[in-house]
Amino acid sequence: MTPVMQTTTDVALAATDERNWVIWSLLKTGQVLLFVLTLALLVAALVLADRKIWAAVQMRRGPNVVGAFGLLQTMADALKFFFKEIVIPAGSDKFLFILAPIIGLVMAFAAWAVVPVAPGWVISDINIGVLYVLALSSLGVYGIIIGGWASNSKYPFMGALRSAAQMVSYEVSIGFIILTVIFLSGSMNLTTIVDSQGPGIFNWNMFLLNPFGDYGWRILLIAPIMFYMGVLFFISALAETNRPPFDLPEAESELVAGYQVEYSSTPFLMFFFAEYVNIMLLSAMMTILFLGGWHAPINVSLPFGLQVPPFFWFFLKTAFIFFMFAMVKAIVPRYRYDQLMRLGWKVFLPTALVAVALVSTFVVAANNFGWNA
Amino acid sequence: MLIAITFYLMAFTAVAAAFMVVASRNPVHSVMYLILTFFSAAGLFILMGAEFIALLLVMVYVGAVAVLFLFVVMMLDVDFVELKQGFLQYIGIGATVALILLAEMIMVGAVYFTGESKTVVPTDPNTTNLEAFGQVLYTDYAGAFEAAGLILLVALIGAVVLTLRERKGVRTQNAAKQMSRTREDGVELIDIEPGQGLG
Repeated sequence: MTPVMQTTTDVALAATDERNWVIWSLLKTGQVLLFVLTLALLVAALVLADRKIWAAVQMRRGPNVVGAFGLLQTMADALKFFFKEIVIPAGSDKFLFILAPIIGLVMAFAAWAVVPVAPGWVISDINIGVLYVLALSSLGVYGIIIGGWASNSKYPFMGALRSAAQMVSYEVSIGFIILTVIFLSGSMNLTTIVDSQGPGIFNWNMFLLNPFGDYGWRILLIAPIMFYMGVLFFISALAETNRPPFDLPEAESELVAGYQVEYSSTPFLMFFFAEYVNIMLLSAMMTILFLGGWHAPINVSLPFGLQVPPFFWFFLKTAFIFFMFAMVKAIVPRYRYDQLMRLGWKVFLPTALVAVALVSTFVVAANNFGWNA
Repeated sequence: MLIAITFYLMAFTAVAAAFMVVASRNPVHSVMYLILTFFSAAGLFILMGAEFIALLLVMVYVGAVAVLFLFVVMMLDVDFVELKQGFLQYIGIGATVALILLAEMIMVGAVYFTGESKTVVPTDPNTTNLEAFGQVLYTDYAGAFEAAGLILLVALIGAVVLTLRERKGVRTQNAAKQMSRTREDGVELIDIEPGQGLG
């Protein structure tokens, strides 16, 4: 064997504990399939929930014809998309035109590989999980850029350019916001970040109001900063997923439907799907980073010694964040493009930078003066 | 076994994509192949156990630098006929650079295959990538690292200075001023006499 292979095989052996790699691959494939199927079903539910919440805010009924209470509406829509003809514009770059929605969807699902939804319920518990999620969410923009360019049409191209600028801008502030959480937990592993917060709502990074924790009363010094970081993360997540009020890439009144104009049938469905999977991912990240992951907010005791499954809390919190996403869509009017850029670069980035400096100072001081005894 | 398959797949993709970067006719396709090359290289880093640098590569180069490349290339209106006219003029310089690069690569390969094998995996299995990087960047070579940061800052300011220009007569919006508007100073109700107009 060549030297290169020697080193790589050593790593592989360390990683798989001498397990048979065939069985290991099958096991992981099963886990991946389970995650993908669950996410796909959840997307169907979320699209309906989104429309129902939106309708309720506007005092409408929302979809209520297909199935009981319109429960099967999303399925009907999906079927409709599947059976439509795929129209590829004559002047388009055909290969990239088809590739773009695939890239978008794959990147959206791939990021879920490191998300722990309950203790041990994670496909790959790598020690730089946060970085992995950031890296893959920054790749999601390619689906949009390529789709917009390959359409060879003006509106999609404008939408793609806007989207690229928007996502790259807000990624920077999201990175700094996440840094503050990493400083507090001392790890980039998502499971460790959740465990460092622990049960009890006042131990979560967004509401650090428990004066009897590791840092004592001094935690109250950074509590307002971390609350602000949580709010900032939520708003940046809206921008990162192209959700209203930052849905400029597909602003109907200016760009028809932005990068999706030329897409029809299944490719369009894939873009749509990727968008919702990304929204779920950022809701889950918000839950993990700021809302204590699967930990219960208060001590809940059930009769007969039963326990609330940790996954339930995770799901509840993620669903709550998604509810906030839907409410924002219903309530807030769309930003203008220059306002969006101003908000990202002139408000979020400087304040997040200051917060990073303050939180890191706090952590270093705590270590030096023994505050975290 | 799985690792060997992955390694050869990644290595082959990286080399093939790198070739296609220069071979493909459409500049946008070139950038796409460049992204594929970065991606495969990141995969190779992960196989070597350097997952931190792999994800940094994806985040910085694929997620940001290549997006900007794509931005520029998509906006360009490249005329291939015009592009090929200057070909002979630059062939001397191009060939020289290519030859130097080839010689360097051969030397590196020769040193690698004749000398002792060097592992990229951290010698201490208990330190993670992150700790190893932190140790090197912020403790062992903190001064050099900060100097690099300072140089980057200078470059940043230089770029701003070069592109920033004040244009006269451009109406810009003052966000604070817009935000502080009230109904009182924004709306004025006027009773217009019929047949008179505003005058």
